[in-house]
Amino acid sequence: MTATLLKEASPPPAAPADHERKRRARRRARVIALAFVFPALLLLGALVVYPVLFSVGRSFFDASGDRFVGGDNYTEMFRDPATLTAVRNTAIWVVVAPTLLTGLGLVLAVLVEKIRWATAFKLLLFMPMAVSFLAAGIIFRLAYDEDPEKGVLNAAAVSVHDAFKDASSYPNARARDGQGLTKAADGSYGTTAAASPGDTVGLGLVGVRAEDLPGDARPAYPASGRKASADELRGVVYLDFTRGGGGEQGKVDRTESGLPGMKAEAVRDGKAVASATTAADGSFRFKGLDPGSYTVRLPASNFAAPYEGISWLGPALVTPAIIGAYLWIWTGFAMVLIGAGLAALPRDALEAARMDGANEWQIFRRITVPLLAPVLTVVFVTLVINVMKVFDLVYIIAPGPVQEDATVLATQMWLVSFGGGNNQGLGSALGVLLLLLVIPAMVFNVRRFRGSQR
Amino acid sequence: MMMRRRTTLLTSCIALALSLGATACGGGDVSAGGGDKPLNGQTINVAGVWSGSEQKNFQKVLDAFAEKTGAKTQFTSTGDNVSTVVGSKIEGGNAPDVVMVPQVGVLQQFAKEGWLKPLSKTAQQSIGSNYASVWKNYGSVDGTLYGLYFKAAHKSTVWYSPDALDEAGVKTPTTYDAMLKAGQTVSESGLAAFSVAGQDGWTLTDWFENVYLSQAGPEKYDALAAHKIKWTDPTVVEALTTLGKLFKDKELIAGGQKGALNTDFPGSVEKVFGPEPTAGMVYEGDFVAGVAKDQFGKKIGEDADFFPFPAVGTGKAPVVSGGDAAVVLKDGKNQKAAMEFLEYLATPEASAVWAEVGGFLSPNKKLDLASYGDDITRETAKSLVDAGDSVRFDMSDQAPAAFGGTKGAGEWKLLQDFLRDPSDPKGTAAALEQAAAKAYKG
Repeated sequence: MTATLLKEASPPPAAPADHERKRRARRRARVIALAFVFPALLLLGALVVYPVLFSVGRSFFDASGDRFVGGDNYTEMFRDPATLTAVRNTAIWVVVAPTLLTGLGLVLAVLVEKIRWATAFKLLLFMPMAVSFLAAGIIFRLAYDEDPEKGVLNAAAVSVHDAFKDASSYPNARARDGQGLTKAADGSYGTTAAASPGDTVGLGLVGVRAEDLPGDARPAYPASGRKASADELRGVVYLDFTRGGGGEQGKVDRTESGLPGMKAEAVRDGKAVASATTAADGSFRFKGLDPGSYTVRLPASNFAAPYEGISWLGPALVTPAIIGAYLWIWTGFAMVLIGAGLAALPRDALEAARMDGANEWQIFRRITVPLLAPVLTVVFVTLVINVMKVFDLVYIIAPGPVQEDATVLATQMWLVSFGGGNNQGLGSALGVLLLLLVIPAMVFNVRRFRGSQR
Repeated sequence: MMMRRRTTLLTSCIALALSLGATACGGGDVSAGGGDKPLNGQTINVAGVWSGSEQKNFQKVLDAFAEKTGAKTQFTSTGDNVSTVVGSKIEGGNAPDVVMVPQVGVLQQFAKEGWLKPLSKTAQQSIGSNYASVWKNYGSVDGTLYGLYFKAAHKSTVWYSPDALDEAGVKTPTTYDAMLKAGQTVSESGLAAFSVAGQDGWTLTDWFENVYLSQAGPEKYDALAAHKIKWTDPTVVEALTTLGKLFKDKELIAGGQKGALNTDFPGSVEKVFGPEPTAGMVYEGDFVAGVAKDQFGKKIGEDADFFPFPAVGTGKAPVVSGGDAAVVLKDGKNQKAAMEFLEYLATPEASAVWAEVGGFLSPNKKLDLASYGDDITRETAKSLVDAGDSVRFDMSDQAPAAFGGTKGAGEWKLLQDFLRDPSDPKGTAAALEQAAAKAYKG
């Protein structure tokens, strides 16, 4: 090689021969250049160009790869509602995730510049980048779990909620049908028959485990036999279930327990006129009632189901939830890149603005952001490309029943080709679609790089 | 053709990479035989989905064979996707001699690819005399017998906590309606009746298959499994309606429909046999016992018991099954020894080896029930063998994977939707038919 270079550098002797030699030298240089580029071209060809062309070709064949089907895979693709969901979700991802990330990265980068432990803070934010998507997916699947016993986010949601609102003591209690109690639309139970002062009523409920009864609960039998005086209405709320079966339904049997702490109301003409809370044996009484007919009501607050937290991984929230996990991983990346751009900003412009009396917000709005625009665009576009191919998080975090609601093009492509569908023709068509969507972003990025080189 | 070869290669590479990542394809121990035995010096490579304790127990069977014949045996675990792993091994010129195939669909696929060697006369005779003919049918493709069902699963068992049923004072039911009624009583005692693993679609297909097999009968079941009748058939709607009676009742299902959809299979066992039970019964196959025993320390037969899935309507009680069939590959190096191994597997002697250590059911009716280690397994085995020719294979395992075996798609997904809202069995049947038509065509 050195010899060639030397020859090229040597001064030209004669004119006509000189021309000839120059051309030969140029050709040789081209051959050598080609020889240098060849390994890279070969690799690119084998690993990028060939697979792309192969996929394009494959997308015109059916599942087995034997029969040419023309554009059928493409029409099939857009007829399948799952693909449409995937397109919609990918669109949400592409719009929301890079925007949020660039915004967050910018805000954090600007703020971090001003704090003392900047490096430690940056390191901390950058750390999730070191966690693999698979591991991050598993972590977030657990964090988002709907059961407050497992999912930390719902544990937080439930404890905050319960701090403001007490849980009811008998969430599962209910009455059997046709045994004197009717359920109202609001979840309360009222006696079907009317009662008058001087009566003693029994309100039998089921669906409470013997173990779950409050410790002070006593058998309701003695109380159920007590006579009420003329101006009072007595009653007993009891668990109408005898351990091991037996016992008569709708009657207070000897071993059956009272349900303490239950709110009861005496209702007349749709209005509660007296209220009481049941004692340890489930008994209650309303004193000093006017004569007339009443019904006894157990308000819905006794039976309110416990707050179950937020259904993070339900069909509605699953995509935002996964984007949240994605943000956790990539915020550090955006912040560090933008931070580097920030460090390279000309300080004099900032100083000048400060001298002229601009406040920090104005500086940020009018100077930092416009000057950072090229960096922000690069970060944004890189993230767009990155988001297009998001797969692992979606595949791991979304539970089976909502897989289809969370699906994006990349997961759909895999599911259709390998995850059971085994239709690699249709899968290739999806791959081609994904490629077409990524190309504009790539062209844009390449243009930018070229522009910045010039 | 060229295109096709390349695609398979690509699939294989991916499958290989995945399986390497997921299951650590480990080779089993090589057991050497000695002395003057007929197969001295020959090595049989066996591949199967088993890993962990199942692999360890199967190794005992392999060792017994080695002991008897002097052949060396080696077991390779393929991970979940047998067909791609075996396919790549065949292409790579390194085919195993024997594969334990876990699904009827895969066996048919292998046979159609021309990978399988028909069973020898001796093996066929043993199958003829030791097995109910239904097993022979499931091992045959187009009239040729390729597969020997060595291990079976019993998927018509409802597991319950005896404490919960005692507290509610109910007896084990023998009809579906009685089961729902018993469930109602259990739920009045404060415990939900059933824990349903709705997050795993396959448990829901198993529910449906049991109801369908009992209600519509075996002929319809076979026809539906082969997609000879449509999923919009009135029998399907009827079965869905019957299943909906259970699914729509919030009091019968632990956590209601929403809770069920958030419960995976181990979770559903935990809800009945875990430290804080919230339900009294859980339906799934005989393997529930394994989970209850290993993970929650329950004594099977005392703290956990089962009753056969009850009969629906006027039908017979269903027995839905599954199993692993042994097949011999044409590309294997020691086909003769491999065939002898299959002949050995067809004997009750081979089944007894694994039956003694547990976690195993054999469809072989010659196997002495006394070989099983515990009473509950003995009972499930007896029920399986007694069912004879009315045993049916898991329908979703017979269907193309896109319909019957894919997370978040096909039957799994549609039955999950049905669990979420069981009000429209007709609509669900129509959606199932649409998905099935697409999958069976492809």
